[in-house]
Amino acid sequence: MRRFALFFAALLLASSAFAVEPGEALKDPALEARARDISTGLRCLVCQNQSIDDSQAALAKDLRLLVRERLTAGDSDEQVRSYLVARYGDFILLKPPVKTDTIVLWTAPFGVLALGALGMALAARRRRGLVEAAPEGLSDVEKAKLAEALNEGNQ
Amino acid sequence: MIVETGHYALVLALALALVQSSLPLWGALRGDAPLMAIAPPTAVMQFLMIALSFGALTYAHVVSDFSVANVVENSHSLKPMIYKISGVWGNHEGSMLLWVLILGLFGALVALFSRGMPDDLRAAVLAAQAWMGSAFILFILLTSNPFARVFPAPIEGNDLNPILQDPGLAIHPPMLYIGYVGFSIVFSFAAGALVIGRVDAAWARWARPWTLLAWTFLTLGIAMGSYWAYYTLGWGGFWFWDPVENASLMPWLAGTALLHSIVVMEKRDALKIWTIFLAILAFSLSLLGTFLVRSGVLTSVHAFASDPRRGVFILAILVFFIGGALGLFAWRSSALKPGGLFAPISREGALVANNLLLTTACATVFVGTLYPLALEALTGEKISVGAPFFNVTFGPIVAPVFLLMPIGQMLAWKRGDLVGALQRLVFAGVLALVVALVFAAWRGEPVVSIVGTGAATWLIVGSFVEIAGRVRGRGAPLGTAFARAIGLPRSAWGAAFAHAGLGVTLLGLAATGWGVEKITTLKAGDSVDLGPYQVVVRALETRPGENFKASVAPSAILSGGVEVARIEPSRRYYPSREMTTTEAGIATLGLGQVYVSLSGENDDGSVDARMYWKPLVSLIWLGALIMGLGGALSLSDRRMRIGVAKRARAKAPSAMQAAE
Repeated sequence: MRRFALFFAALLLASSAFAVEPGEALKDPALEARARDISTGLRCLVCQNQSIDDSQAALAKDLRLLVRERLTAGDSDEQVRSYLVARYGDFILLKPPVKTDTIVLWTAPFGVLALGALGMALAARRRRGLVEAAPEGLSDVEKAKLAEALNEGNQ
Repeated sequence: MIVETGHYALVLALALALVQSSLPLWGALRGDAPLMAIAPPTAVMQFLMIALSFGALTYAHVVSDFSVANVVENSHSLKPMIYKISGVWGNHEGSMLLWVLILGLFGALVALFSRGMPDDLRAAVLAAQAWMGSAFILFILLTSNPFARVFPAPIEGNDLNPILQDPGLAIHPPMLYIGYVGFSIVFSFAAGALVIGRVDAAWARWARPWTLLAWTFLTLGIAMGSYWAYYTLGWGGFWFWDPVENASLMPWLAGTALLHSIVVMEKRDALKIWTIFLAILAFSLSLLGTFLVRSGVLTSVHAFASDPRRGVFILAILVFFIGGALGLFAWRSSALKPGGLFAPISREGALVANNLLLTTACATVFVGTLYPLALEALTGEKISVGAPFFNVTFGPIVAPVFLLMPIGQMLAWKRGDLVGALQRLVFAGVLALVVALVFAAWRGEPVVSIVGTGAATWLIVGSFVEIAGRVRGRGAPLGTAFARAIGLPRSAWGAAFAHAGLGVTLLGLAATGWGVEKITTLKAGDSVDLGPYQVVVRALETRPGENFKASVAPSAILSGGVEVARIEPSRRYYPSREMTTTEAGIATLGLGQVYVSLSGENDDGSVDARMYWKPLVSLIWLGALIMGLGGALSLSDRRMRIGVAKRARAKAPSAMQAAE
């Protein structure tokens, strides 16, 4: 508890400045728009699922400046991203790349949907089978049971 | 002394919970009425003991008793009274006590208000609830004692984390917990029914009001939390797929699926196995959420606890209850006979599709939240799963739900008429198209927003088409229509409002695409254009607060040169913890909001600020309120009320035969 409170305090203290600051913006609006777009997909490494565009942490500010520096130097969006991945690993991407490690992650949602739909279809077929198999009237056994029940009722 | 009484009351509650978890269960299995009759009074007494314990802790916080460790760590004598009270659950120990308080509350409510239930089922349900009560009270007593004393007592406390000193926090956790933990009683209903082998339409009728109650509070609790994040965290976002948010979203999705499948079970005696499974799933996900938040596995704004002992203890509770329930389910569910039959195109069919999509959405959130943890544990590889991932997976899975909702409402039970349903929805479809086109012409890009407004209109209008049909029939006069509208069951209105509420939320979400953002430096006297408004900064000043110092930028919002609102965005500095928080200045104008949030001060006396015009943004939360209203309306339906269950039981056998 106390350890976390300290960590939290440190996080906030280190960050009296926050999110994208006015001084950081690039002069060229097109380039700045690209920088914002890239920033929203990059994780502030010391925060919980927050993009560097939103984060108040000092590290996020450094990364925002770094992104803008690379863009000004003429990098493409993709080059900026791979530059950062080379330095910080996939951890920095809020949308994990599709590769062996993440294949389960990416296929799970639609896999569950497909399996569920298959199960639904099978259940529907079974129900249809039951509907068709169900005889129109009563079976002999049921007739006997009915007669018995009626008799009991009469007694 | 009061503090020790509270501690002792909690021990007594544990003893009562142990009695409640064993004797009535034995009675239910043996058919022993006196043993079963033990359950209700112990459930009520157990709740009263926990309430006494909770009251004692609250007392210690209110009078700032700094000889109690929990008060020292989380309170301060200068803290305003409301935060002294809300500080009780603003920390690990206190929030766990609130957890068991609500667990006990639901047990007591069932004991008091389910007199119509068969004694064996009620005894089994209350016993199951007490098993969880015992486990969590034991957890508190052994690892998270809120009543521990410190000696010598310090003069002053460490204060509550300033970010938590907010009216939103006074309301958000209790509401969220009533929803979150409320699903425990549904879980107990499922476990109890499996143990004594009574899983039928009547069970669904008894369990349904509790599901609805928990769902309504969870909906409001999540919305409240999201609004709290929106105005206190200061970056204008309201949902960022934080694992702790996901932890509350998962039970909500499973609970929503349950809410729908339990209707099928009640009305048609079908989907029994599936409903029981969802009842177990919804609370299992609540338990998982508790584990994620309380164990310190994650570190985020919400997680203010970290102690591995606690983590392992909760994990053991989690494994025991989820494993136990699923084991019971696997063992007993094969004995369940399939109930009412239905064609794929029918109300049941539509609800099955709803369940498929909602559980898939839930699975997506589950995988997205836990995958990074699992991968790191297994391979040491660290990855992040954030909003961009959920946008491309969760989004497409949920989108069809919006499309199908009005159609499902129009289909008849057993065998529906799709063409007929679509014909009756033509009006809603045309209106949706018109609205989308109007927004396209008026606001333009992005396309997602345009489609979103169309879908929202379809949902809102479509939700009421069924009711309109029932009320107006073939052109009934207004007087008759009004009388019919009053006469409709409240649950029909409830469903319509809940569905429309989701549409309203969707409209608010869609409109975020048309927001205006300015990131700029402000000085006194500056004027900034923001969408249709102008923000004029009157001054930059420093003001003292009760336990903080604030730098404030009082500003006026002008529309065409006329002042329409005033805001006071500020940054607060709390000396007791040397922390700074941002308080956004928000003005609701029409349905949109002007949002100004300050960041650091510069050497020349100016301040950096993020400023937004967010059109229709208030609809996001207004929609959730309407959904909550829908839940409350349904809950007030006399068919949901207590006592009716008795009559229903008398009728149930004949109804079930007819269905088969």
